[in-house]
Amino acid sequence: MKFTLDWLRSHLDTTASLDEICEALTASGLEVEGVEDPAAKFAAFTIAHVKQAVKHPDADKLRVCTVDTIDGEKQIVCGAPNARAGMTAVYAPVGAYVPGIDVTLTKAKIRGVESFGMLVSEREMQLSDEHDGIMDLDAGPAVGTPMADVLGLTDPVIDIAITPDRADCLGVRGIARELAAKGLGTLRPFTLPTIEGQGDAGRSIFIDLPDGKEDACRYFTGRLVRGVKNGPSPDWVQKRLNAIGSKPISALVDITNYVSFDLGRPLHVFDAAKLTGDIGARMAKAEEEVEALNEKTYTLTNEMTVIADQSGALGIAGVMGGMPSSVTESTTDVFIESAIFDPARTGHTGRGLAIDSDARYRFERGVDPDFIDAGLDIATQMVIDFCGGTPSEAVSAGTPPLRKHSVPFDPDHVRRLAGLDVAADEALSILKALGFTIDGAGAPYTVHVPEWRADIDGSADLVEEVMRIKGLDAVPTVPLPRPNGVAKATLSLAQKRIIALRRRLAGLGLNEAVTYAFIKEADAALFGEDTQTLANAISSDMTTMRPSLLPGLLSAAQRTLDKGHGPVRLFEIGRVFAGETPDAQPLEAALIIAGGAAKDWQSGAAEPSVFAAKAAALAALEAAGAPTQKLQTYGAVTGADMPSAYHPGQSGDLRLGPKNTLARFGMIHPRLAAAFGLSAPVAMAEIFPENLPKPKAAGPTRSALDDLPLQPVERDFAFLVEEAVPAETLLRALKGADKKAITDVAVFDRYAGPGVPEAHVSLAVRVTLQPVGASFTDEALEAISAKIVAAAQKSAGAQLRA
Amino acid sequence: MTDASQLKTDIEADIAAAQTLDALEAIRVAAIGKKGSVSALMKTLGKMSPEERQVEGPKLNALKRDITDAVAARKSALEEAALEAQLAAEQVDVTLPVQTQDFGTIHPVSQVMDELSEIFADMGFAVAEGPEIEDEFHNFDALNIPAHHPARAMHDTFYFPEKEDGSRMLLRTHTSPVQIRTMLSQEPPIRIIAPGKTYRSDSDATHTPMFHQVEGLVIEEGIHMGHLKGCLEAFVKAFFQLDSIDMRFRASFFPFTEPSAEVDIRCSFEGGTLTIGEGEDWLEIGGCGMVHPRVMTACNLDPERYQGFAFGCGIDRLAMLKYGMTDLRPFFDGDQRWLKHYGFSPLAVPTLAGGLS
Repeated sequence: MKFTLDWLRSHLDTTASLDEICEALTASGLEVEGVEDPAAKFAAFTIAHVKQAVKHPDADKLRVCTVDTIDGEKQIVCGAPNARAGMTAVYAPVGAYVPGIDVTLTKAKIRGVESFGMLVSEREMQLSDEHDGIMDLDAGPAVGTPMADVLGLTDPVIDIAITPDRADCLGVRGIARELAAKGLGTLRPFTLPTIEGQGDAGRSIFIDLPDGKEDACRYFTGRLVRGVKNGPSPDWVQKRLNAIGSKPISALVDITNYVSFDLGRPLHVFDAAKLTGDIGARMAKAEEEVEALNEKTYTLTNEMTVIADQSGALGIAGVMGGMPSSVTESTTDVFIESAIFDPARTGHTGRGLAIDSDARYRFERGVDPDFIDAGLDIATQMVIDFCGGTPSEAVSAGTPPLRKHSVPFDPDHVRRLAGLDVAADEALSILKALGFTIDGAGAPYTVHVPEWRADIDGSADLVEEVMRIKGLDAVPTVPLPRPNGVAKATLSLAQKRIIALRRRLAGLGLNEAVTYAFIKEADAALFGEDTQTLANAISSDMTTMRPSLLPGLLSAAQRTLDKGHGPVRLFEIGRVFAGETPDAQPLEAALIIAGGAAKDWQSGAAEPSVFAAKAAALAALEAAGAPTQKLQTYGAVTGADMPSAYHPGQSGDLRLGPKNTLARFGMIHPRLAAAFGLSAPVAMAEIFPENLPKPKAAGPTRSALDDLPLQPVERDFAFLVEEAVPAETLLRALKGADKKAITDVAVFDRYAGPGVPEAHVSLAVRVTLQPVGASFTDEALEAISAKIVAAAQKSAGAQLRA
Repeated sequence: MTDASQLKTDIEADIAAAQTLDALEAIRVAAIGKKGSVSALMKTLGKMSPEERQVEGPKLNALKRDITDAVAARKSALEEAALEAQLAAEQVDVTLPVQTQDFGTIHPVSQVMDELSEIFADMGFAVAEGPEIEDEFHNFDALNIPAHHPARAMHDTFYFPEKEDGSRMLLRTHTSPVQIRTMLSQEPPIRIIAPGKTYRSDSDATHTPMFHQVEGLVIEEGIHMGHLKGCLEAFVKAFFQLDSIDMRFRASFFPFTEPSAEVDIRCSFEGGTLTIGEGEDWLEIGGCGMVHPRVMTACNLDPERYQGFAFGCGIDRLAMLKYGMTDLRPFFDGDQRWLKHYGFSPLAVPTLAGGLS
């Protein structure tokens, strides 16, 4: 919402400065988004007299002028054809910024002749597109007079943001009322004109709405003015409209715009000669077409309201008038319309047709239902004043939908809710200044809400009014009450797990990424079938909610590798989407290891491997508190099918029990790698922290450390096992061979080749035995060894290697 | 007795000339071994008269001791030299680079979320979470944003396809639905922050269609706007690590709070650098207000008994302001160079004791 200071002062009698006004507006909730002060913008440019203008010695089209300026006599080389001795021009000194050409002037030498500054055109001042010559002003103003003063460019334009609740401030008068309440002046009295209608309007008004849609238009009024002469509107109207960026068109049109900006009351004018019979509001017919004022034709739905006459739809109610019935220079009889339309329906229509208009902006937020007749009278008076003519009597249909809302209010609520100590009298007088009327001798008072304040609902709204006007600075800053002592822990188990997991993964050398939760539909399809796709995606790359974190990381890896910034070590923690319910949006973690580490002089190159991914997944699970000792690995070797994202033979699940998967790891499937344009090897893992079991409740106390005075004993075995037997099967058998004595089993070599039968491997394991109470005797050690060998044979078909 | 003194001279010369431990041992055996030259002289003592023995005995004993000592000293010297030689041979080029176990990085958004948890925990706030695919009730209706209110249209909402009953799921446009879920599931007193992802159909240098917000909610008896100011001031001071901060509260409008305000902090853009806490400009950091009675009622709370406040601000924006990123878009590109440059060490866990930056 834009307006000029002068315009504001036509409603507000104030001595406040521009800065004070802006500060008050922002503080009370009408945030100033910008102020353009032409006096400041044009401060450098002053009146100058050209004493002499002679042809440049070396250029036919240039003149060397001697100019009387605020800085004394200056020589200025000028290319304008109209530069001549005796003219009154505008001088731009060296150092001035000339907005139209975006140049800061410096002393120049033009074809060998020195030039100190510039004489400017209107276009160079951004005043118009005029650039046929320099500004040629009427004689009179003294040398040095600011150009802005001479041209009357002294009225600052203020641009404020209006929150959707404040429809009352979509007119300059509403803003003035606000400032008056804030103590920045007095609201000037406003007298409605009295229109003496002569003769009938030549037509009746109808409101023809089906049951259930009566709200579309509750009141519609209009009046004919006969014998008008439409031409340009007065200068002061044009100047104000121009200043706020609304192009003046003709007096009749400018009047409707002016009343809209001045008082927040949208209106429409029809050329009465182009109307057929009665006029009014009805629902559009499906597919009905209207040629609107913006010269576009719109196809409407039967949920939209139109202004219509007997010939058909004339305009889109509350949104935009129609072209065929619009006024022109030759209009002699004008029909002025003032009506009220349903905010929700108007907004819906505007969005549906993609029309933003000043009328929609106001109707959508709710116009004053008690100002419909007033708006008609004001516009009528302006038409008579600007264009002459004779007004008819007003015609109307329906009744204005007055709200007649009142709120019980205890001024002490201001203290309780806003923490602001305001005397009851002061609170009530603030409300009165804003247009509220108050009944009652004591609290609770009955506060009657003015019809222009549809946003006021209950007592809390009145508290806000008082607080706004009083200023939020007056609200004391009070610390939140807090219990004595140290703050308690607040994080949940799940949250602590995520924090630990995140920092552990970063500790492994992985960089945390945050990627978009919506991805390409095709990418999502590679990870699942039940994907959630948006109805109104912002781009085709962001249509579908990710079913996995991997596609986002793989795309990021591909971009990084293509830029040559590999190898890539990324992880992400975020929600994935298997459905729309809260349960179907679990928090997961994923990591990728893409591209080999740089070759090192000690260890050579390290390529990403399935086991690196497994190690990372285990480290993450351990950090999150998973019982990693109890996990079992599932993969092709155990007969498990893996998701298609992974290499089927080089991937696995880490599960707790047969069904609960806590993490998945492996090499990328070559087909998926190709789909993401990845040629480097990629190992990856996904971690499902929500599947972790809750730990057994335990206090901070630990169990006592076992006293183990005796040295552990290590025994090495080499077993021949079939390749198809999972190593984990053998290891579990070994650990179970003597649960009391065996504390650890580790694989220290794995060999296949000469000396080992076909389809077999040799696994060398070191078993650690812990004696308790007494050292192992030779017999005891032999017995344990025998149990180990027997268990290996029984569970894994393993043979002790000779 | 010149024999003995000559012998000593000769042996000591041999010892000094010995170059290896083996050679030295041979000299020792030749001198004081069983059949050694000194041992042979010692044997002559038995044939001497007691008077002679009294004179020669100590002399020969001294000779044996001197030689033993000389051997030991030489042995020690030779061993020292051998060690020196070994060490010299073992020298390596320590300037060769090593493979370090480099840390990865924590994303600035996660780091700031951890900072928020830490700061607000001190004021008694728990961390609440909620789904990102939401329904219209939690995202709009319960927050007093009716179906056709312009505020609803202003949210640039991402919707999922309409269902048969006409309802639509959506991507939450703010973290405020977590307020609703918390109030519906928990009795006051309530103090929570709700950090998380939010979505709006908007894209330029300072807007991405996905971004992060933190919501705060306090519901207790007797809470008023002054507490809201106090809470936010404490937060801003702790977050930006400032001893004092000039804040400005401006009246504003949010459908779910009444009264509502926007919050600015003093800053300066002088020299193209943003400085928080001083200067002539104001920077908006979020919105806030007292929870609207209608929102309380929608959550089955009695607005006559309880009052509370809510606030929201952008986490990405907080990160940018504090850590100096100027463009929001790379936050979500997953570009490893950016992540390494702007990310944080996993050991840089924000704590009140250790500081929050």
